[in-house]
Amino acid sequence: MLNEAKVFSKEHEIYIKSVKRKKMLIFFTQISILIIFFALWEILAKFKIIDPFLVSQPSRMIKFLIKLYNNGELFKHIFVTCYETIIGFVLGTVIGTIIAIILWWWDFLSKVLEPYLVVLNALPKIALGPIIVFWVGNGKTAIIIIALMISLIVTIISVHTGFKEVDEDKIKLLKTFGASKFQILKYVVLPSSVPTIISALKINVGLSWVGVIVGEFLVAKEGLGFLIIFGGQVAQLDMVMLSIIILSIAAYLMYAFVASLEDKFLGWKN
Amino acid sequence: MIKLKAENISVIYHTLDGETEAIKNLSLEVEEGEFICLVGPSGCGKSTFLNVVAGLIKPSKGKVYIDNEEITKPSNKIGYMFQKDHLFEWRTIYKNIILGLEIQNKLNDENLKKLEYMLDKYGLLSFKNYYPRQLSGGMRQRAALIRTLALNPDILLLDEPLTALDYQTRLVVADDIYKIIKNEGKTVIMVTHDISEAISLSDRVVILSKRPAQIKNILKINFSIKDRTPIKVREAPEFKDYFNIIWKELDIHVE
Repeated sequence: MLNEAKVFSKEHEIYIKSVKRKKMLIFFTQISILIIFFALWEILAKFKIIDPFLVSQPSRMIKFLIKLYNNGELFKHIFVTCYETIIGFVLGTVIGTIIAIILWWWDFLSKVLEPYLVVLNALPKIALGPIIVFWVGNGKTAIIIIALMISLIVTIISVHTGFKEVDEDKIKLLKTFGASKFQILKYVVLPSSVPTIISALKINVGLSWVGVIVGEFLVAKEGLGFLIIFGGQVAQLDMVMLSIIILSIAAYLMYAFVASLEDKFLGWKN
Repeated sequence: MIKLKAENISVIYHTLDGETEAIKNLSLEVEEGEFICLVGPSGCGKSTFLNVVAGLIKPSKGKVYIDNEEITKPSNKIGYMFQKDHLFEWRTIYKNIILGLEIQNKLNDENLKKLEYMLDKYGLLSFKNYYPRQLSGGMRQRAALIRTLALNPDILLLDEPLTALDYQTRLVVADDIYKIIKNEGKTVIMVTHDISEAISLSDRVVILSKRPAQIKNILKINFSIKDRTPIKVREAPEFKDYFNIIWKELDIHVE
């Protein structure tokens, strides 16, 4: 805890080594699985044990990747999808948190709206997709709104619940200091809800990807979701598989970024 | 001089299932610089009384005066301490201690210097950039006391401030807190259910009845030993007599 002594016993060194070794072993096994998976895929497809027309093949995917890169479309598609997702989940988190603050402030309003929120939360938001397309047209705006709607209600409910769970005595403490309602929000309610907001953010990253891909299925002319649906329609499984793999990498990177926010803002926990 | 006066306080709690009388006609006068302990069966309304004095709950009947002024909302003359230290985990000890000053916009050089001095005097200066999690329970409670003292209240209301600590720490922290409070010349009303703790700290022990809380008896505590400290008085001959009187008054049955 206080990190003073750095001289360890032999037994402790052995312990540290064994922990490190185990970590390395896990990492190498994870990498091996990936390599073996793609190698097997390649080999099985090459010897026609599985049909590359149906499942594609890593080497064909790489060829397609290079082709896409050469005609300059690769990053355009990745960029469009990432852009829509980021806007979707940032808006979902920000607007959701603001609405949660409003509900915390006016308890009457939150009681009135509660059943509506429950219904909206239960509703599969994707079902509203066609209406949104009808209202705002085919394009990025519709996709972002679909992504936003998926994460918004969950954010409102979870952040508002987090606000309500703040220790009553901590609020009372501030009242004995003569704090105003705004100060209570600023000094206790918001900071002690940072963990809740970050976990909402983590959930929203995943939800926004769902929203964006579904949105692109519905309307897009570009983006990874578009490549997937288009590839399927023209029987280009290379395109579909490649897009899915790029999508997984992008989703992982974005999640890793949000998780790193956790370390940054919750440093006091460790 | 009378510092605090509670006059015929009654508090009734309302729920849809009915009403509960928590305090009934409680009157109490506290002298300046006095250390008062309220003891009573658990759930008798001791904490409710502190909340009323602090201006956090409006009594159904009765009034509270501090320096002859009626209390209707939280006042700067009062500092409140809870059972848990309620240090904010996301703020360093120093940031926690200045919280009250920050809220009241009183972060000036003079106040900060005074705080620095208090941190030093009460052994927390080298821990000021630590997070609460890194401190022991006793140190945390001391930090909470300094946070309360930062606003320079005349009266401290302590709601079982030692209950969350283990027994040994409790004795030491009781000693610490007693010294700090006497040093700063504060008037104290403390709620506890620990009879020994009440005797070791107070000038007067107020014994409350079961709910609704009424005063059963007020016991003046005097010790023959000089330089009274909470740990030392536990060996005084009068200690066990006081203990027995309070024990009988409390009339506790386990049903």
